[in-house]
Amino acid sequence: MTDEKNPNGGGEATRRDFIHIAAGSMAAIGGAAVLWPFIDQMNPAADTLALGTTDIALGELTEGQEITVMFRSMPHFVRMRSPGEVEAARETAVSSLPDRLARNRNLDESAPATDENRSAMTAAVSEGVEIEDALRQALLVTSASCTHLGCVPTEGAGDYGAWFCPCHGSHYDTSGRIRRGPAPENLPIPPMTFISATTLRLG
Amino acid sequence: MSGPSTYEPKTAFTRWLDSRLPIVRLGWDSFVDFPTPRNLNYWYTFGGILTVCLMIQIITGIVLAMHYVPHIDYAFASVERIDRDVNFGWLIRSIHAVGASMFFLAVYMHIFRGLYYGSYKAPREILWILGVVIYLLMMAAAFLGYVLPWGQMSFWGAMVITNLFGALPLIGEPLTQWLWGGFSVGNETLNRFFSLHYLIPFLIAGVVGLHIWALHVPGNNNPTGISVKTKADTLPFHPYYTVKDGFAIVVFLIIFAGFVFYAPDVLGHADNYIEADPMVTPAMIVPEWYLLPFYAILRAVPDKLGGVILMFAAIGVLFILPWLDTSKVRSMRYRPMARWFFAFFVVACLGLGWAGAELPDTKVPVLGALGVDFLLMGRVLTVYYFAYFLVIMPLLGFIEKPTARPASIEEAVLNGDKPAKAGPGAAPAAQPAE
Amino acid sequence: MKTVSRLLAAAAAVMLVAAPAALGAGKYRSPEQHAWSFDGPFGEFDRQAVQRGFQVYQEVCAACHGIKHLSIRHLGQPGGPFEEVEINGQLMRYDNPNDNPVVAAIAAQYTVADIDDIGEPIERPGRPADRFPYPYANEAQGRAANGGAYPPDLSVIVKARHYGANYIRSLLLGYDEEAPEDVDVRPGNYYNPYMPGMLIAMPPQLQEGMIEYADGTEATVEQMANDVTHFLAWAADPHMEARKSMGMMVMIYLFGLAILLYLSYRQVWSRVKH
Repeated sequence: MTDEKNPNGGGEATRRDFIHIAAGSMAAIGGAAVLWPFIDQMNPAADTLALGTTDIALGELTEGQEITVMFRSMPHFVRMRSPGEVEAARETAVSSLPDRLARNRNLDESAPATDENRSAMTAAVSEGVEIEDALRQALLVTSASCTHLGCVPTEGAGDYGAWFCPCHGSHYDTSGRIRRGPAPENLPIPPMTFISATTLRLG
Repeated sequence: MSGPSTYEPKTAFTRWLDSRLPIVRLGWDSFVDFPTPRNLNYWYTFGGILTVCLMIQIITGIVLAMHYVPHIDYAFASVERIDRDVNFGWLIRSIHAVGASMFFLAVYMHIFRGLYYGSYKAPREILWILGVVIYLLMMAAAFLGYVLPWGQMSFWGAMVITNLFGALPLIGEPLTQWLWGGFSVGNETLNRFFSLHYLIPFLIAGVVGLHIWALHVPGNNNPTGISVKTKADTLPFHPYYTVKDGFAIVVFLIIFAGFVFYAPDVLGHADNYIEADPMVTPAMIVPEWYLLPFYAILRAVPDKLGGVILMFAAIGVLFILPWLDTSKVRSMRYRPMARWFFAFFVVACLGLGWAGAELPDTKVPVLGALGVDFLLMGRVLTVYYFAYFLVIMPLLGFIEKPTARPASIEEAVLNGDKPAKAGPGAAPAAQPAE
Repeated sequence: MKTVSRLLAAAAAVMLVAAPAALGAGKYRSPEQHAWSFDGPFGEFDRQAVQRGFQVYQEVCAACHGIKHLSIRHLGQPGGPFEEVEINGQLMRYDNPNDNPVVAAIAAQYTVADIDDIGEPIERPGRPADRFPYPYANEAQGRAANGGAYPPDLSVIVKARHYGANYIRSLLLGYDEEAPEDVDVRPGNYYNPYMPGMLIAMPPQLQEGMIEYADGTEATVEQMANDVTHFLAWAADPHMEARKSMGMMVMIYLFGLAILLYLSYRQVWSRVKH
């Protein structure tokens, strides 16, 4: 038969091709739209997102003591720093730091990395709760995941007397700030609230 | 029939690739330039639809496996979590569950089309047998998948089906314990069923590859059953059948989406939303609709072993069908008697499905007045099911006088399916207009 | 295949007419049809009814029946009864249901068993992320407390029963009739014609005016049955509204694509006789 030519060919193509192009494009749009649910299903589910808080009892924490707690499936350091450690952290000039931002979820993103901005002074306080400034200044809560590749730094090691990451040699100071090594950022600080005089809630 | 390849690589890269891995040539020869009979009707679009179904099941299944927990204590809750908390989980699970039913709907259309147009006859016996293998694998995958949500129907379905193997003499008990990994259906069973449920779709995909290979050697059958003789009998697969299949797939997806979005649970059973309880069997236990005919055949026999044998024979008989049909004519379009037996065969399958869904001693509506219950109905239809393959098919070839057929597909197309000069034995009433 | 098609259509028609008759025949009564706002392809949950129904669940059902697959935060998620709440005269929506003050207040009413950071078991006020507390520690306790009959979990009860919401509603309202003589009602059982077997271990629960609705609606028995069923329908299928609205988009898209493909198909095949 002579009528078996490619129907897309021929001189008068443009008008006739339109319908094929329209059908093809519409199918392609649909295919693209279907992708989204299949990608989004791998994002954290509603129950995972909702499991957002961890309460820390501060009553048992003595000066110089450090505990590690889990918050949103990640380890976090809770450290009741000694006055000497706080002093050392305060004396460090922000301009000398590799990362000059506080990285504190309780503050603005552009807040500078002073020790005041890193400590629990920045935590919110629930209505009617009274808590001493000295305790808030001494308390440091940071993520325990090295900002380089996620290992948990070792306590009390490194050149700055606080944390040293055994994986690739990052040194953090007593304010959880990166001082030397491959890690790009200070240890991030989670959102926190004092819900009683002895309980700090993360999240 | 495929003839020499018409693929001509146009760029330096495709020439380079073609001389090393002629994969583009394979695709071109199989799905673009493949000569396809020009008279295929919409019953022939189910192959493409089934490919889409398999892809949908595999993709949604892989995604569901990311969230599902195969443990008897968590399986039900993890499915609830998929429905409630996983982003779009309700959608993906609904597509997968409805998809199983739609897959079977399409495969039954595909099988009945093959039966009607004689697509199992020489030279397509291997093609047909591979199709039956796919069907068997589909049933296994569907059964295993139905167990995973660990509802009441999951648990008791698994119990009943695995106990079928206990009917076998001598090896029955050790075999069922081997299937269970214990003394009853339990956590071990659920774990292995999950593993196998994940495996089987890929086996299906492999056999589908063989099925398409076996299709492309003799080429498609067609509604006249007459073999392709000249190039005038065919059209290139693309664009003629890509666009026709595409249209049919979208129409099929409309039905599919109708279930997914407006009646996601209507094809399932309410009892499967009750968590499995090994101490209480639901009042009425039935398989999913697509397995009901076999369930009716199983129950038609009062003997446990006999029922199991007959049920497997119902599928087994399909394997030897190409040699049971003695007719020299492929398509029932030209077989006036076979057409009626076929129509009753389809009705018998539906009736078996109905009988499988009801309690055996319930009276059949209307016929109930004559004392017909569903057990009797199931038995009568079971007899017809086997008689159709084992008695009617072999005998018809000798008894039946086929009507006059056109000389070629081209002639059939040009003359609206009638032979050039309408013979005396021209088809009786209804001739489908293509 | 016309012969076949006709025969099939006839067979299908017979089955459609006969099947409900076969299902309905027998031991117990089919539930009464009720017009629900969530029926049909555009049906939505009535937020007020779900809120009232939740109150009925809390004050009446929750003593014996759990909803273990639901978390308290689900009440405030999109499609949930407290998705939109009035705070200081303003209608508010919260992306994170944990932030929803109404949901947080509901959560705080519950006491949740937990373990504190020195490993001691404690009880603390609930949070939105918590599951609804289950009434029993285990199934044996549930049976012992209820004369051997374990009250089923209600999370998906509407999907887990034939006829769904209509069945639940009819069952709750189905205690009024005297048992016919051929039904033997033993102690600990109650006659209810909608229950398969017609005997139910749950005593009638709803009594006129037994609760005071927060929105001032009169708490008749039928009102409470409707409301709590509405709540359970939402609990079983919390994404129903999202499902139906997405369905509409998908349908419009598929019909559009079908038309375009059909035109394309006609165009392609217009050059050959077929």
